[in-house]
Amino acid sequence: MPYKKTELKFSGKTNVCEIGVGDAAISIGGEKTLLFLGDEGFKPAVGIAITDSTEDWSDCFTTIYGADLKNPAAFAKAAVAKSGADFLLLNLASADPNGADNSVANCVATAVAVEAAISIPLVIEGCKNAEKDAKLLEEVAKALEGKNVVLFSAVEDNYKTIGAAGGMAYGQKVCAESAVDINLAKQLNILLTQLGVKSKDILMDVGSAAAGYGFEYVASTMDRIRLAGLGQNDESLQIPIMTNVSNDSWGVKEAVAPVEDAPEWGDQEARGIGMEISTAAACVVGGSNAIIVRHPESAKTIKSLIAGLIG
Amino acid sequence: MAVKGLDIFKLTPKTNCKECGFPTCMAFSMKAATGAVAIDKCPYISDEAKELLSEATAPPMKSIKVGSGDAEMTLGGETVLFRHEKTLVHKNLFAVELSDAMSDDEVAAACAKLEKVHYDRIGEMMFVEVVGVRYAADKDKFVGLVKKVFECGKIPMIITVDADLAKAAVAVAGAKAIIMGATKDNAAAMVEVAKAADAVLGVTAESIEALHDLVEVIEKLGYKNLVLKVSDTSIKEAYANAVDIRTATIKGSDRTFGYPSVVFTNLLAPGDINMQIALASAFVLRYGSIIVMEEVDFNAALPLFGLRQNIFTDPQKPMRVEPKVYEFNKPTGKEPVLVTVDFALSYFVVAGEIERSKVPTYLAIPDAGGYSVLTAWAAGKFGSSVIANFIKENNIADLTTSRKLVLPGKVAVLQGDLAELLPEWEIIVGPNEAMQIPKFLRDMQA
Ligand code: B12
Ligand code: SF4
Repeated sequence: MPYKKTELKFSGKTNVCEIGVGDAAISIGGEKTLLFLGDEGFKPAVGIAITDSTEDWSDCFTTIYGADLKNPAAFAKAAVAKSGADFLLLNLASADPNGADNSVANCVATAVAVEAAISIPLVIEGCKNAEKDAKLLEEVAKALEGKNVVLFSAVEDNYKTIGAAGGMAYGQKVCAESAVDINLAKQLNILLTQLGVKSKDILMDVGSAAAGYGFEYVASTMDRIRLAGLGQNDESLQIPIMTNVSNDSWGVKEAVAPVEDAPEWGDQEARGIGMEISTAAACVVGGSNAIIVRHPESAKTIKSLIAGLIG
Repeated sequence: MAVKGLDIFKLTPKTNCKECGFPTCMAFSMKAATGAVAIDKCPYISDEAKELLSEATAPPMKSIKVGSGDAEMTLGGETVLFRHEKTLVHKNLFAVELSDAMSDDEVAAACAKLEKVHYDRIGEMMFVEVVGVRYAADKDKFVGLVKKVFECGKIPMIITVDADLAKAAVAVAGAKAIIMGATKDNAAAMVEVAKAADAVLGVTAESIEALHDLVEVIEKLGYKNLVLKVSDTSIKEAYANAVDIRTATIKGSDRTFGYPSVVFTNLLAPGDINMQIALASAFVLRYGSIIVMEEVDFNAALPLFGLRQNIFTDPQKPMRVEPKVYEFNKPTGKEPVLVTVDFALSYFVVAGEIERSKVPTYLAIPDAGGYSVLTAWAAGKFGSSVIANFIKENNIADLTTSRKLVLPGKVAVLQGDLAELLPEWEIIVGPNEAMQIPKFLRDMQA
């Protein structure tokens, strides 16, 4: 018998979420089939990450960015130029009350400066302290009104403030963060829509882990979410997925161990890039619509992977 | 399932003797057709009939053995597209490619790398399993390289379309080597070579339709020990091939495509190791069975082998270690106690670092539900009372005279509570990452 393609049937479609404004705006999501065969709306975006607290960043980034590392606006410009990314993530770890405890006003000023320095869409990541992030992301949303940025992220403990400020009062996008569990992801999406945030204004971060460190849970969570959204037409899960692999990838031993500690492993920078690219590529075929990486080389590689898959 | 209950029913004696455990021959036949009960549970079905049926009721994707002796591996046999549906059964293999066009020095360097990248990760050895040898111009050198690959304990993949050359190479490649491969022009000759040598035959064609046709031809020639090469003309086609072939098999019950796949990332992104890492990662998740790269150094091995190990774990089997007190580096009753969880991954990472430190230590592992440190903590299974009770119930104070108890840095919040629950002990917050344990232990010793 001659070959006949087996078509999997999908009735759903992932929402399209537009971020950024004007010519620089990009669309995230919109695919209509699973397994991402390069057509049917599949085109993940690639983001490059910067931070206001680079203490934990590998030495290779000092070589890449030099003095810009300490100046977020210059850092942002350089990151965009070196990576060719579709959007930029600004991490405001300095706000952490258990760390530097930088004031909301200072952090907002950083966000405003970074926004002004670049011409691609912006994602603002808080410090992962739910209470502080509520205040911080609310003020960021206000200060950047009209810029259509992504507030990264709202969790169960602060979604009301971030949803109301971001998604509603100041017209920003809200990313809903859950911990590698389809039911938690669904629940938070529903809570946000019940609050009044339109589903086209929501993205979701369904969790991530570095390759080799519990990534199987991430892979299966993404598979199940996409099967529910596209296969069973579950609208509460037809939200585009945004995944920041940079912290996990650059935090594991494979990326962190200096050459002195692991001489047989060879160049430390190459290892970090390897971890990041592997994790990001696995997320691309898992159904993540926007992948955030730290190294410009990772961004370029994942962009060409996506271009290759689309063909 | 291609076979229907009625087809099986016709082969039973229709006596309803119940020996199979079913009330009627029909009931048995219906169950057998779904694969839920083995055909040989009925003692009255003839052996020929069984053979016919077992083929038809076998899972649509064949399990193919490659390599011999210690190097033997099984590919394929998958029954689902997504691991959460049941489990994936046979991990993909990684391969690198050599060629007779390489200088002796280049070959030596590649071999040295293969020997070097060979390590234990969570109780499993990590190494490149398959080595492809591509024919360029020098037949003797080519055969010599294949021989060398086999002697090094790797599974040879003989890459040539010349059947005579394949025959010479496979003679020195051990059983179940891979010949890559058969084309529409050499199929009959290649099948003969593969059959005689008990080799696995790689099938290549210029389109997915032509590949399907060629597999049918080869099956008719009587050979079913196959692997299928996906396209190497573009990333788009390679990926679509891998997905379509597996989908046709699993969801479309297309047995013709029920074979493992081979992906040459080295041909899709020559000279670009980062792109090869990206591609290989995509194919670990999406249906690459043998994934070929130009080279595998640690920057590729560490993420790729880790990713593969994750994806091919059985979601139905929790990966746990036994909760108890473990001893490392021969403690003598006066060393500190570290605490971690019973999630196998956490345990192995921590254990590896303690061993590396060479500092004698106890490691206490309470029942934390088999979760990672933060997961267990967030789930309420690794709180201060869980740890305190474990320390008390196991009389750890009798095991060591030290009163230092070291927590994983990620649960530093437990320090205060634990200090109250275990007043004799000094509760120390360890580093966040296990890799910092050796330095931490040595500093503590000093
Ligand atoms: C996979 C995963 C799961 C899996 C569980 C896998 C498992 N068996 O543990 C599943 C999907 C089941 C899961 C569930 C949940 N999860 Co979870 N999960 C993860 C994930 C993605 C990876 C965890 C992992 O495998 N890490 C790898 C192991 C090796 O790390 P580790 O145990 O911490 O060990 C390291 C260090 O701690 C150190 N170390 C370990 N022991 C020791 C000891 C000493 C002495 C020292 C010095 C160091 C040390 O060494 C290791 C390597 O450096 C993380 C996010 C992430 N990227 O880390 C979230 C995460 C841990 N989960 C989280 C949560 C909230 C949950 C849930 C509670 C969600 C919910 N509300 O239901 C549930 C809890 C389970 C339940 N209710 O039944 C949160 C925890 C948040 C927090 N800070 O408290 C995280 C951080 C995700 C997030 N960002 O929100 N999860
Ligand atoms: S053992 Fe065979 S003959 Fe007897 S009832 Fe079962 S199927 Fe029928």
